[in-house]
Formats: sequence, structure tokens, C-alpha cells
Amino acid sequence: MLSRTADHLYWMARYTERAENTARMLDVRVQYSLMPQSALAEQQGWRAMLGVSELQSQFDAKYSALTQKEVIDFMVRDPDNPSSIASCLRAARENARAVRGTLTTEVWETKNTTWLMLQQHLKSGMFEQHPGTFLEWVKYRSHMSRGVTLGTMFQDEAFNFIRLGTFLERADNTARILDVKFRFLASDTLKADAQVEFYYLAALLRSVSAFETYRKVYRDAITPTRVAELLILQAKMPRSLVACMCGVVANLQEVRNSLSQDTERLAEALYGTLQEAQIGDILEEGLHAYLTRFLASIAELGNGIGRDFLLPVAPEVHEPEPPETPTPGQTQTQSQTQTQTQTQTQTQTQTRTG
Amino acid sequence: MPNFYDEMYASAATVRPHYSAFAEWLAQQAPQLIEQKRAEAELNFQRVGITFAVYGDNAGKERLIPFDIIPRVINAAEWARLQAGLVQRVTALNRFLHDVYHEQAILKAGVIPREQVLENAQYRPAMQGVKVASDIYAHIAGVDIVRAGEGEFYVLEDNLRVPSGVSYMLENRKMMMRLFPALFASNRVAPVDHYPDLLLDNLRSVAPQGVSDPTVVVLTPGMHNSAYFEHAFLAQQMGVALVQGQDLYVSDNTVYMRSTRGPQRVDVIYRRIDDDYLDPRAFRPESTLGVPGLLEAVRAGRVGLANAIGTGVADDKSIYPYVPDMIAFYLGEKPILNNVPTYQCRKKEDLQYTLANLAQLVVKEVHGAGGYGMLVGPASTQAEIETFRQRLLANPTGYIAQPTLALSACPTFVESGIAPRHIDLRPFVLSGKTVSMVPGGLTRVALQEGSLVVNSSQGGGTKDTWILEN
Repeated sequence: MLSRTADHLYWMARYTERAENTARMLDVRVQYSLMPQSALAEQQGWRAMLGVSELQSQFDAKYSALTQKEVIDFMVRDPDNPSSIASCLRAARENARAVRGTLTTEVWETKNTTWLMLQQHLKSGMFEQHPGTFLEWVKYRSHMSRGVTLGTMFQDEAFNFIRLGTFLERADNTARILDVKFRFLASDTLKADAQVEFYYLAALLRSVSAFETYRKVYRDAITPTRVAELLILQAKMPRSLVACMCGVVANLQEVRNSLSQDTERLAEALYGTLQEAQIGDILEEGLHAYLTRFLASIAELGNGIGRDFLLPVAPEVHEPEPPETPTPGQTQTQSQTQTQTQTQTQTQTQTRTG
Repeated sequence: MPNFYDEMYASAATVRPHYSAFAEWLAQQAPQLIEQKRAEAELNFQRVGITFAVYGDNAGKERLIPFDIIPRVINAAEWARLQAGLVQRVTALNRFLHDVYHEQAILKAGVIPREQVLENAQYRPAMQGVKVASDIYAHIAGVDIVRAGEGEFYVLEDNLRVPSGVSYMLENRKMMMRLFPALFASNRVAPVDHYPDLLLDNLRSVAPQGVSDPTVVVLTPGMHNSAYFEHAFLAQQMGVALVQGQDLYVSDNTVYMRSTRGPQRVDVIYRRIDDDYLDPRAFRPESTLGVPGLLEAVRAGRVGLANAIGTGVADDKSIYPYVPDMIAFYLGEKPILNNVPTYQCRKKEDLQYTLANLAQLVVKEVHGAGGYGMLVGPASTQAEIETFRQRLLANPTGYIAQPTLALSACPTFVESGIAPRHIDLRPFVLSGKTVSMVPGGLTRVALQEGSLVVNSSQGGGTKDTWILEN
């Protein structure tokens, strides 16, 4: 498969997944803000969310106040924020359009329709009036996108690069959601209030569709340790870090090439560690430190995939043979033929990370 | 009666026989249903993303080409004649192209002035003496045809470079069958869906010698090209890769694509990029769309290109007047399809005639396309004509003039209801070891009342084109 095509498929999947996870993160915040809490606590919650998405400075440069309205605006419709839902859905659609021939008609139409509907929702003010409904819609379109991919795509390389993008992005996003929620949980504002803690953890579990699963797995009260265990180490939990890494490793194996050994090894090591790990050890190291390390590895993995598959090193190009002299008496310039340098320019991927 | 041929009505009260089944059906449809179907069609085109990019003011905007649900119907006998005419014309044009890049017999015989060909900017000396598969240059031709009267067809342009529009032919049919399946039960409409198969067969036949299972790719300038949808569509329908210049490179006169598993050899390129941008080493050095070294790979016979480099010399408006002579010279036949009488403004007497009759003539740039830079005399104001006169005087060799044809019209949905609008027809002719085409083409319609300009860039729409089987 063309490297450029793989690149578009991979980023299409990453942006689709990112839009969903941004919606999940916002949804839990919006729900939680309905709880009685101080204005300060609320502001801290929003600030933490921007921080973990590495968007704090971008936000501060543009907005003066940090209120729910501003943050949601920034995270949903702001075209200058590359991680806003609108930016992600647009990027997913543009990447899909670039390779629409590689996708089934249904997959392309789903991405395209999502983007077309988004324009209407943004215009009609639907998300300001009913943020919950809007965020549900984003999640729903993402489910649909994933379903149509699994249900219609031939399972060749194209499929593998889509899945690779999905799992890598999801691993990144789950780690970030966990990081922000647990840092907040550890902050003074929440300490020693069992009831608040319960609602907070419940909202977190719901944001990753894990509330019912938690009940089923533990049949017990909701504790931070078990929540962390479920979302990091539970292999059967589709959004857990270990499950995501399982997907990354499997799809990486399918597309393996002569350059990809190191990247594969890194992914397997990361997966292996997660399979072996105990939640006690992780908490002992400190969840924040652990997740920071994990996110760094994910970033490295992303770079490796880009290097090995999506931006292959330009092959050596031989000097062109001098062109035959045009028949005398005929006017046509061919003079530039030999003056071109042999540098190959690659402008694709680097600008699209985020 | 108006002074143009109406495709559907022989007179105000008489429907032409090949339209009778459709007319009967249309009369039975409730207006609301038609309105609802038209809205459904538009929604579908949006969803599928059948759009084209508009150059100029709204750079980067995607627009739908208006689709009209009243089909353009051609009966079997007329199509047979059109088809014979197209085969004849395209065969002669390919013979001409082979000739001017080899023996130049037609120039030696004095049928066409030497300088008209050899000094034409579209003539590529680099292609002289280069062997191309089956001696075919224009594998895909999109010939623009208009009707002036009963059985009276004129060729307006032979598009032999990178003609586009075939995806609309296919999508329009799909849309009609989806909206009005019953119509296809009551009319014997010849199918067109196998076009991508014919095209793939044709492209595979262009492969270099000794390659038994050629790898074919479609080369596009990219997503921002106005015809990007079509490039992606054809690549998908044929099951081949859609590549951009940056995906390909040439090494030892062989073309490779950069794949996730390393370099992969490419044998045939269906290129949708103009000659000028195809190879920065050979043509425009600033082009970033092309593939450095591609021309040399072609010259070495290591890759097949469709269409070949240098076909523009045969569809240039300055060469157009000689096509009937080519048919006589190469085939010894009389042209089946008419040429529009053409005044070549580079000739003194033709220029004088043109200047004296600007208000009646259509004047076109020799190298123009897309309906840009032309004057339609009868539809222009005195001031527009005077402005154009100055441009013409400044550069007479850059223009040709033709009488304004009374293009036929077809009933079309417009704001005020159903009204006749002028149309043309672009069938797509595939040349390889044989010449083939699907029965049909793209019908374009000028949506403005009285307008003769059908180009989509000028607000034209399209219709499904039905060739009825006997």
C-alpha cells in the first residue's frame, strides 16, 4: 500500500478516535459540574482538563475567562484548537477524502455525513443549548464509524493502519483521562468526602462506558484503586491501556516491514509490562509519574510508526541520462532537464501530529 | 416554434417517439413527488461527496454540479451513427498523432501547414520517434458534440489530453436508477456501468513489452483539483492505487511507488495531470505535481502513459479545422460527424470576416478551455464585444471564430417549472487494440435561459444520458 495512503488512513482513525474521547472527557466534566461545588473547584476541574490535553497556553492566549462556556467553546468548535471536536472531525473527513477510494463507500459516507451534520449542529446552536445531547451525538457518530469500518472493510493493510491509529490514539486518550481525573481526586478540594468521591469516580467510569462493567467485575464499592486497575490492567475492558496495546501490537505485526523491528519491539515491551503489572506497584510509583512515562512511550511509538511506514526514507535517485538533442530546427526548450537537484521533498505527515 | 431543435418535442403537442414512454411517466407524477426526488438527489450527492472544487473566488470550496432529473434520450439509430462517427474521428486523430511524431506524411503532403503543427506549443519534440504501445496516443478521448437539427451533429472539441466527466455519467445513471427504478422497467436503456472495466482493459494494454500482469495507477494532482472526485472514483472502481507525484519516483528509467513495504514497480500510469506538470525535469521545472524523470522512462519504453505525452497538438483549436482533412488523408473516408466551420484569425481574410461579424460569431481562445475567455456574440453587449475586439486585434493568432450554432435544447427543471435548456454531449472513446465506448456520455446543460455555455465551471448542470436499445 502507498505510504501516503497508509498515513491518511492512520490519521483518519486517530482523529476520529480523538473526537470521541474529547467528547467523553467533556461529558464527564459537564455532568460533574451539575454537582454542588465551589466555583474554585469547578475552575480547577476545567483547568486540569486543559492541562492534560496540553492546551492550557493555547486557551489562555485566546480567552480571558476560564468558565465552562469558554472551555467548551474552545474544545468543541474552535478551529484554532487542533484537538477541538470540530477540528478532529474535519481532519478525519479530509484524510478520508484523500483516500476515499481505499475505503468502502459506507465508511467514506459516514465520515462525510458526520462532518456535514456537524456544520448544521454548530450553526443551529444545538451544542450550546444541549451540550449533553451534542456530546452523545459525537460519541454515537464515532460508534457508527467504527461499526461501519469493522462491518464493511476488507481486512488488509488498509484496515490494519486504521486499527493501529485507533488503538494508539485511544491508549493515549485513556491515559490522559485517567491522569486528569486522578490528579483532581488527589487534590485538596476533594479529600475526605466519600460521597463526592463516589460521584466523581462514577462519572469517570461512565465517561469511558465502564460503570456497568465495574459493577460486574468487582461487585463491590467503587474505589480509586479498582477504577485505576480496571482502566489500566483489565484486558477485557476495551478502553483500558492493556487492551489498547494488545490492539497496537497485533496490527503492527500484520503490517511489519524491513524497517519496523524496533518499533514492534517497543510496542511489545509496553504491552508485556502492562500484562505483568500489579496495580499496587503502579500506585506506589505514583499514578501521575506512571502515566507520564506511558504517554512518552506512546509518543515514541507514534514517531516510530511514522518513520517506518508513513514517511519512508527517499530512495536514492540516479542521475538522469542527458536527453537526446532535439532535432535541429525545431523550437522546444529542454534546457532545464539536468538542473534539478535530487532532493526529494516530503511535506506530509509532520504537520499533522497534535 | 422556437428556432432550435427540441430533443423531446417535435412540436408543442407532439412528443418524439423515443421520448414517449418518459413523457407518459412524467405526466403521471405529482409535482410534490418530483420536488421530493430532486431534494433527495441533492442530499445524496452531498453525502456521497460528488463535488468539484471551484477555482478563483471561492478557492477551496466544494460545490455540487446541479443534476437535472429529465434524461437526455437518444434513439438507437442516431447513436449508431454517432458511434461510427466517433470511431472514425478518434482513429484518424490517433493516426495523425503517430504521424506527426514519426514520418510526418501529412505535413509532407501539405495537407496541414508544417508550422501549424511543429511550432505549436502542444507539440512535444521529445516524443519524436518514441514507440508507444499499439501506436495509440489518445487512449481516452472526450469528444464534445452538439446537435443543430435532425441527424445534424457537430463536433465542438476533441478533448485528447485529460478529459473529465465520465464519473458524472456513471453517478448520474446510478442516481436515476435509485430515484426512479420504474422508468428503467418501461425504457430499454443501454447500460454504462462497465466503463471502468473497459478502461482498465485499455490501460493494461498500454503496459511495456514483457510485463504480463501490469500494475496500473491513477495519477492525480491531488485533493484540490476540480476533478479529484473523479480520479478517486475511477481508481476505486478499477481497484488500482490513486497516487500523487510525490508517491512516485524514477530510478534507472523505471517508475516505482513508495509503499509501506518498500518500492513497488509501476507499469501503467493513467495520468490526470497535464503534460506541462508531468515531469519537472522535462517540462515546467517549478511543477511539484509531477514525477522527475518520467519522460525518460516513457522514452525508454519502461512505463505506459495514458494519454501519451503530446496529444494536445491534435485537439488544439488551431488544428481542429483540419480534422476532416485528416479523416480523408488517413482513412480515405468522408467525415460522418460535422466540423463547425471555423475562421482562423491568424489568416488575414478570416480575421477581417470575424471582426466584421463579431455580434453573430462565437470567438474562442486557441488554447482556452472550460468556457473561459470566449465571446458568444449574440449573447454579448456592445461594450463586451468592443473589449473583445481589442483583445482579438492585439493577438489574432490566439483566436478562432465559429458561427453561433443553434444548439438543441432539452426540457429541464428550472425555477419556473419545466423549460427547454441548451445541451451538449460528451461521449468517452477508448482506444487501444480496438476502439470502444459505452453507449452514452455526459450530457451537460446550460441552466440559464438562452445560454449556450454548458461548462460546470460556468454554472452548467448535467443530465443522465439514455441510449435506447431497439
